[in-house]
Amino acid sequence: MLILECPYCGVQADETELHAGGEAHLKRFGPDSSEEDFEGYLFVRENPKGVHLERWRHSAGCGKWFHAARCTMTLEVFGTYPAQTLAPPKYIIERIKDKRPGWSWRNFS
Amino acid sequence: MSDLATVDRAPARGMITLRGDFTSSKLKRAVKAATGHAVPKPGRIAGDGHKGVAWMSPDELLLMVPYEDVASTVDNIASDMGDTHYLTVDVSDARAVFSITGPDANEVLARLCPVDLHKDSFAIGGFRRTRLAQVAAAFWRHDTGFDLVCFRSVADYAEGVLQRSALARKTGAL
Repeated sequence: MLILECPYCGVQADETELHAGGEAHLKRFGPDSSEEDFEGYLFVRENPKGVHLERWRHSAGCGKWFHAARCTMTLEVFGTYPAQTLAPPKYIIERIKDKRPGWSWRNFS
Repeated sequence: MSDLATVDRAPARGMITLRGDFTSSKLKRAVKAATGHAVPKPGRIAGDGHKGVAWMSPDELLLMVPYEDVASTVDNIASDMGDTHYLTVDVSDARAVFSITGPDANEVLARLCPVDLHKDSFAIGGFRRTRLAQVAAAFWRHDTGFDLVCFRSVADYAEGVLQRSALARKTGAL
């Protein structure tokens, strides 16, 4: 069972209380963007075997969206953080790099 | 019937959803005037189900007042808030309330909700929105057990699962 801490409520919420929202930190491209950018925004997703940055919603709790850094292979959770941000906090990146030297994900490393 | 706990459907209570900025001094004053309590910390309830305020999310509170005082409380909040952005909704009739009382009331809920209900983890005054079997619910702990709130549209389902859960034998795991 996957358990994530909701950064707003501070509770340990298990998977059945949450709703998965796909990849985090997507950059939105609108009507005036190039076709490649728009295609990338709509369809192209990271699918790592390793540490992934994801969106989750505390759907049975406070109802807010948050982000989680989680290993898709071991289910190890490196931390959760509020969604009002463009990049993961430094301490989470450091925690990931401690355990997974050389980790990179899109523009973050 | 086992003696784990008693599940009763409580009469409707006055409930108001209040959304707004918790740092606003107008909102703090309005909550204090309506319930007699300050805005609680996350995961907490101040007061009780008859006159109290519970933390629902970073911008949402549940105010509980006597059923007949809801309209006047909503009016008072409107005049307290002035032109500060906020929202109130009278949700009294949208909700069903259950009281789960008895020495092992936490076992009844622990079977249905993904929550650590040990008294050291979830003490008196603790408030939690979560999942009750397949529906959304919120509950808090008081001296004699728990009060639980869910949507009235699923009240029969909630009553069924609570009653069934109260029938089971004590596990003593909590």
